[in-house]
Amino acid sequence: MLNAEKKTCKYNEQLCKYYEQFRVYADRILALSNDSLEKTVNVALALCLVCAVLVSIATVALRPLQGYNKALDMKKNILDVAGLLEEGTDIDQAFAERIESKIVDLRTGDYVDNINVDEYDQRKAAKDPAQNELIPVEKDIASIRQKAKYTKVFLVKNGDQLQSIILPINGYGLWSTMYGFLALEADAQTVQSINLYDQGETPGLGGEVVNPNWRALWKGKKVYSDKGEVALTLVKGGVDSSRPDSVYKVDGLAGATLTSRGVSNLIQYWMGTEGFATYLNKIRKNG
Amino acid sequence: MDKETKKVLFEPLVDNNPITLQVLGVCSALAVTSQMSTSLIMALALTSVTACSSAAISAVREHIPSSIRIIVQMIIIASLVIVVDQLLKAFAFDVSKKLSVFVGLIITNCIVMGRAEAYAMKNPPLQSFVDGIGNGLGYSLILVIVALFRETLGSGKLLGFDVLPLVKDGGWYVPNGMMLLPPSAFFIIGLIIWGFRTWKPKQVEHNEFKIMSIAHGEGGHH
Repeated sequence: MLNAEKKTCKYNEQLCKYYEQFRVYADRILALSNDSLEKTVNVALALCLVCAVLVSIATVALRPLQGYNKALDMKKNILDVAGLLEEGTDIDQAFAERIESKIVDLRTGDYVDNINVDEYDQRKAAKDPAQNELIPVEKDIASIRQKAKYTKVFLVKNGDQLQSIILPINGYGLWSTMYGFLALEADAQTVQSINLYDQGETPGLGGEVVNPNWRALWKGKKVYSDKGEVALTLVKGGVDSSRPDSVYKVDGLAGATLTSRGVSNLIQYWMGTEGFATYLNKIRKNG
Repeated sequence: MDKETKKVLFEPLVDNNPITLQVLGVCSALAVTSQMSTSLIMALALTSVTACSSAAISAVREHIPSSIRIIVQMIIIASLVIVVDQLLKAFAFDVSKKLSVFVGLIITNCIVMGRAEAYAMKNPPLQSFVDGIGNGLGYSLILVIVALFRETLGSGKLLGFDVLPLVKDGGWYVPNGMMLLPPSAFFIIGLIIWGFRTWKPKQVEHNEFKIMSIAHGEGGHH
């Protein structure tokens, strides 16, 4: 031990001197009475320094891994709603092969090319005054108050053929803003699947929006009526499949009236002219 | 393991349980117990934080000025919790998503501070560590019991496996929705405390005052 110290001294005279000074100082402080002002201040400072360094190291060192986890989780959600997620799928590979990310200007319904899709964080943009748009109260059916001007969409292609369109949606339920994806088939009308991946609704009641059985009810439902209005909605008490409008109705969640209403509202909002209607019209026209 | 260590480790399970006897940490016991998986992770996170923070606080206990000791304890506990939260986000992302805010709330969990103040400030690091583990286990035990009732009765499942076949899936069990809401944990914890105190009458507290009966009281005779 002593040898090692001498060795560092040889190479780093100045540092060693500081260290020696620090040790003398530390010994003096530690010998003080616990209740003296000098010791109190010194202990507080030293503790804060040590803890701050510890927390900073943990945060900075783990950030890349956390960022990767987040991105991977999002890809998983998108593959899931596209029906491409199976046990043992390589998520990164499947995503790169099958899914094309694009950015859409909600007002014009056109693709925007001057924004980097991979770096665009839509949730952040929705909160950033420079990139968002406040929604007037009377139009804010989904109770989200603000939205990003540009939004991501994901296209699933089979060769050149468009297979499905995946749209990010969000809206307020009972306790929380629910975030999710809605996958439509290439006709921009038929629902393929819904995945509300981020929500804080009551577990077992509203939280059942993630239940695979309930999500399966959405398959094949239609969004727009013949007049072009958003007709898709959740209903109470089951869907009578013999009625002609049953294709626009999904059975609501038992014991979760407010969450069900929230889901209906967010569909109404995001599929309407405030949301993706303009974009989806263009898709239908361009074939 | 010597006798003293054994006592420190196992006493908090039943005889000095942090939830049922010390009545600490009830808030998180209500919040995370609607599912067994979140309860287990929460129990693990709390046990490790209590053990490590007790050991760390005990290691510097000789030099903690009494005027700022609570703040010192809080800083150590908070730093450890942030590190645990970051580790979960990096290595167990799915779990950290499920626990969301509750990991951060370990900071305010009364058990962690209660043990720091009551035990770690007066005992050496190793014993404090064991005490932290012991109290963490006591907390875990109650969490697991509560989650066992809440998840099976509330959603017919346990750790994601079907235990009671639900009516909506063609079985016979109609789930009790109340079990999924936090108040049900109050009832279950209350029943557990009743059970423990019937089994170990020593745990029953003496009345701090006597409730007057109306016949002998002063009111009502005017």
